Amino acid sequence: MAKTLFDKVWDQHVVKANDDGSVLLYIDRHLVHEVTSPQAFEGLRMAGRKPWRANAAVATPDHNVPTLNRARGIEDPISRIQVEALDANCKEFGITEFGMDDIRQGVVHVVGPEQGLTLPGMTVVCGDSHTATHGAFGAIAMGIGTSEVEHVLATQCLIQKKPKVMRISVEGELPAGITGKDIVLYIIGKIGTAGGTGYAIEFAGSAIRSLSMEGRMSVCNMAIEAGARCGMIGVDDVTIDYVKGRPFAPTGGQSSVAEAAWRELHSDSDAGFDHEIVLDAADIAPQVSWGTSPEMVLPVTATVPSPADARDEIQQQGWSRALEYMGLEAGTAIEDIKVDKVFIGSCTNGRIEDFREAAKVVAGYRMAANVKLAMVVPGSGLVKREAEAEGLDKIFTTAGFEWREPGCSMCLAMNADRLEPGERCASTSNRNFEGRQGTGGRTHLVSPAMAAAAAIAGHFVDIRNWEFK
Amino acid sequence: MQAFTSIKGLVAPLDRANVDTDAIIPKQFLKSIKRTGYGPFLFDEWRYKDVGQPEMDCTDRPKRSKFVLNQPRYQGASILLARENFGCGSSREHAPWALLDFGFRCIVAPSFADIFYNNCFKNGILPIVLDGQIMDRLFAECAATEGYALNVNLESQTVTTPSAESFSFDIDAFRKQCLLKGLDDIGLTLQESAAIREYEAERKSEAPWLF
Repeated sequence: MAKTLFDKVWDQHVVKANDDGSVLLYIDRHLVHEVTSPQAFEGLRMAGRKPWRANAAVATPDHNVPTLNRARGIEDPISRIQVEALDANCKEFGITEFGMDDIRQGVVHVVGPEQGLTLPGMTVVCGDSHTATHGAFGAIAMGIGTSEVEHVLATQCLIQKKPKVMRISVEGELPAGITGKDIVLYIIGKIGTAGGTGYAIEFAGSAIRSLSMEGRMSVCNMAIEAGARCGMIGVDDVTIDYVKGRPFAPTGGQSSVAEAAWRELHSDSDAGFDHEIVLDAADIAPQVSWGTSPEMVLPVTATVPSPADARDEIQQQGWSRALEYMGLEAGTAIEDIKVDKVFIGSCTNGRIEDFREAAKVVAGYRMAANVKLAMVVPGSGLVKREAEAEGLDKIFTTAGFEWREPGCSMCLAMNADRLEPGERCASTSNRNFEGRQGTGGRTHLVSPAMAAAAAIAGHFVDIRNWEFK
Repeated sequence: MQAFTSIKGLVAPLDRANVDTDAIIPKQFLKSIKRTGYGPFLFDEWRYKDVGQPEMDCTDRPKRSKFVLNQPRYQGASILLARENFGCGSSREHAPWALLDFGFRCIVAPSFADIFYNNCFKNGILPIVLDGQIMDRLFAECAATEGYALNVNLESQTVTTPSAESFSFDIDAFRKQCLLKGLDDIGLTLQESAAIREYEAERKSEAPWLF
């Protein structure tokens, strides 16, 4: 029978099918960070349980770590305790950890793929909703809560009901200047933040296939912003070339066996989906979010919408509240919106390609006078090293940007990096919720090139018209 | 986990769609390594005028009097009425921990985000999905009647209004049993240890690079 990519990976991981339609699903890889794991480890301790297979889990601190003066350690005592708890728990339970002083440390969703911990066809979980990122490798990857973190540590399994599967195909050649980030923001704008609820989304089509692994990860990363617990993309040469030679990837005789198995990881041509959407790549312009939900997003050429044009009363209230929070008026051109800060980084856009794209825009320019801070935060120590070897850090610092240490940073502002009330930020992160980047902070989600251009111009600009130097 | 069988409780209405888990419990409180103590910080940015910090005493903090949970008539509520896509965003289980710690045992909405919905069941909170039109009526009745309470019965899968009108809701059978008995599902899964070992042995022969 014809199978979808999701079906293939799912079926390979069913330990036991229960009478009620749920299954016991085996988990190959468990990524762990400091914020959602301490209560799970405490649960194990209280029940006298040990990890079922400690080598399936790998940990790294990312949410709380400082991006400045790393050698001084973490100044906030509560943050420090949480990172120390991760160190102690990993030691106690025999789990590999890339600690704060390890070059491999970074945002967990950057580190996993970079190390080859994420492999095609795996089931990958992490106590973090952006685990969807790893689906770019043809894996079933989903975010879980802390109780499930404990469940996976104790049993290597989860009790799951199979979700429905939706395929979103983006066909045609991507216009110049359009990135994976623009594609996924455009999709979220189309289907809404609950459009994928109850579904796994397979992203397909020639525009998706034309993306690098970095671009594909940006797309899958934000499947959760469309409501789907996992997003995934079929395996091709791009996937296999990326994985080859990574530290935890199969070696020797195993690598050819693995590659043969991975090449099967795509939807069969006659597979059926519960829902299908086909979009034309040519319709996608650089995207900028204007409100407090990722679905409140528009092309850079648009103007801020009026609540009077909302589809119903609930949306109207949502838009009014968003305009008030964001300090925006209906009818304002997106390109006339000035920014105070710029953040380039996160699990969505913290990979080498993202910094290359941003650096291309920045090269030869200087940050605008009205921009107080433009922060560039690599997704991992290895991304940082690679960027520095290419001289990208110098391009940023010469333009007045700050080049920081790796971590989640101002994507969610759990460390010291945050917006002050009323500050407006062009951000390559994934959520523009109220207060996300700091109480009262105003976030506009964009691609790395668009964020870089906003830092130089002082307001949003259409990257398609950029004069590269 | 605390079992859930039935409750009769005061209802608080949160009339906004797409309430995200960042709003339910802001990031600074996620630094705690405990499962409890989040109640005072539930909806922190909506409840208080100042910026909350972990472990602070909330007794004298300036409150936003208009916010629903600050209104005297909703004090002691254990059932929350919500709108579409409640609990979207971050997977943080601190969100249901904060709701539970505050006193909510049941959330009724037209739809929930997947991860949040799942997390509720792990913590003895019953998330109920009711049709949008029924929700509109419940919101209207709640606004019109001080002391508005609902009767929620998990065994019979019903929500009953003060005027004895009853609405039934769907729930997955396994989750229902776990909630009714307050079961720890890790213990249940460990009863399948032999099947897990057998799966691993077979999988290891097919795909040794995974182990």
